[in-house]
Amino acid sequence: MVGELTWRRRLFGLWLPLAAFAVIALFPFTWMAATSLKTNAELYDPKANPLTIRHPSLVHYVSLLQETNFLTWIANTMLVAVVATGISLLLGTMLAYPLARMRFRGAPLLAIAVAVTYLVPQTLLFVPMADLIGRLKLGNTLSAVMLTYPTLLVPFSAWLLMGYFKTVPKELEEQALIDGASRWRAMTRVILPLCMPGFISAGIFCFTLAQNEFLYALLFLSRSDVRTVPIGVVGELIRGDAFYWGQLMAGALLGSVPVALIYSFFVKYYVAGLTAGAVKG
Amino acid sequence: MSTNPAVGASGAAALEARGYRSAGLSRLREIIEREWVFSWLILTPPLLFLLCFLGYPFFYGVYLSFFHREVASSPTFVGFGNFVTLASDPIFWQSVGNTIKFTAAATVLKATGGLGMALVMNQNFRMKAITRALLLLPFIVPTVLSTVAWQWIFDPGLGLFNRVLVESGLATRGVSWLGNPTMAMVSIIMVNTWRGLPFFGISILAGLQTIPVELHESATIDGASTWGRFRYVTLPSLLPVIFIVTTFSIILTFFDFQLVYVLTGGGPANSTHLMATYAFSLSVGVGQLGLGSAVALSMVPVLGLLLVLLTFYVRKD
Repeated sequence: MVGELTWRRRLFGLWLPLAAFAVIALFPFTWMAATSLKTNAELYDPKANPLTIRHPSLVHYVSLLQETNFLTWIANTMLVAVVATGISLLLGTMLAYPLARMRFRGAPLLAIAVAVTYLVPQTLLFVPMADLIGRLKLGNTLSAVMLTYPTLLVPFSAWLLMGYFKTVPKELEEQALIDGASRWRAMTRVILPLCMPGFISAGIFCFTLAQNEFLYALLFLSRSDVRTVPIGVVGELIRGDAFYWGQLMAGALLGSVPVALIYSFFVKYYVAGLTAGAVKG
Repeated sequence: MSTNPAVGASGAAALEARGYRSAGLSRLREIIEREWVFSWLILTPPLLFLLCFLGYPFFYGVYLSFFHREVASSPTFVGFGNFVTLASDPIFWQSVGNTIKFTAAATVLKATGGLGMALVMNQNFRMKAITRALLLLPFIVPTVLSTVAWQWIFDPGLGLFNRVLVESGLATRGVSWLGNPTMAMVSIIMVNTWRGLPFFGISILAGLQTIPVELHESATIDGASTWGRFRYVTLPSLLPVIFIVTTFSIILTFFDFQLVYVLTGGGPANSTHLMATYAFSLSVGVGQLGLGSAVALSMVPVLGLLLVLLTFYVRKD
């Protein structure tokens, strides 16, 4: 009797809703994958069952890699994401460390200013930013996005890192100073190495956000060989009104793989970073 | 630091000079070691960077909005002229209405769905970590790429939705998901919800896990029902998390650009133009930089209001 009750409760309270959430979250990806593996004949046959694959084929992947600059876009995206993440972690640390651990006039105000800049959306900035990049003669160079992505990522990583820096006890630093270390040495040798999880969290976040960025790349990168994956896919695989769905889905899937892989390795840190802001407030 | 006794008399002058220098160095070091000096030395490079690439564009945008400026022509000062032009521009007001509808509907759906996801996930079951990772995927995958997949799902002839609708007999003809003004709005709300729901779900789940078990136990002992425990224990403890996540999400949704740009381009007949896509099409599409900046700046009051709310809330704690 009791067993039957809990069984029912598990079914309606856990398994069914969980399955619903999973199906909603994942069906676009399976649809993506199924489409990319079908030949055009099967894809555009109105009689064929859309949910099954009769003749799996890699033809769209082959044409994607042979006929477009897809591999260049992947390489560009990786390079930009790595450089932008590096710059953002470095500048973010320099911003967060004093704000989290030092006492000086203006520190609280500056901390609020950082939080505000984190929430300023790029929608507000793209017109003047395009002008600035044009005047710096950086149009159609990867430097344009390597320089502008950190404007989105530095305030964010500073904000996230401040939380981690605050958790290291003050005594550790004081002990290092008593032992004759300079503040710089105490920071680089004692405090920062203890905050590795924070750096991983912020790094993963910056990396995924940089791979996701669209607006600046759309504005600054119009030549095919300097494009990133999102711009390349939208700009070159959608040709006028004719959609090459097989190739498009192959591109969308392959373009998502690097982010998904990195994410799956560091999912714990990603979730920690995601919830740090909301939960610690 | 170390003194060398083996220095000859001829080296005394040199030693003295070095002594002065090291005195200067240690004085310098002493200054650097002061808390505020050290702080500002480290803070200056990132602040300069943000000032150049964030502060400057922002104020330059404000400046631009006071000019009539088309690409490759000299600007003329028009004061509030651009804002006056916008005030009588029906498409601008349509984009304002669309932005509000889009943000309100998507936020409510994400918050309620996310709360549901969190409550379901807050039970014990096997492979919980993997499930959580999978449910978060829509939030991780680059928006543009998943949006392209949605465009294919919405395809009027061969898209997944219409194939399923027609073949299951639920409808005789497919729905024009992106071709009809109402359905296009429904569609962009759907995709935004799909992408943002896991963010709510996982954040609220983290909030749930911080509620002490004792609270639930004592409520149960006091005779509270499942609903009663949810209403009087769970929900009040979650409010701070829900408030912060919702504010964040409102900001991200209100300023959303890429989803609409890719899915509908603002169409059909401007029915899905958000303020962000309208600003883009004015400044990049038509080349009216001043007018585009003015549209973008019209969003600042909303951002300001949300930021003030957030600061007040954080201060209160």
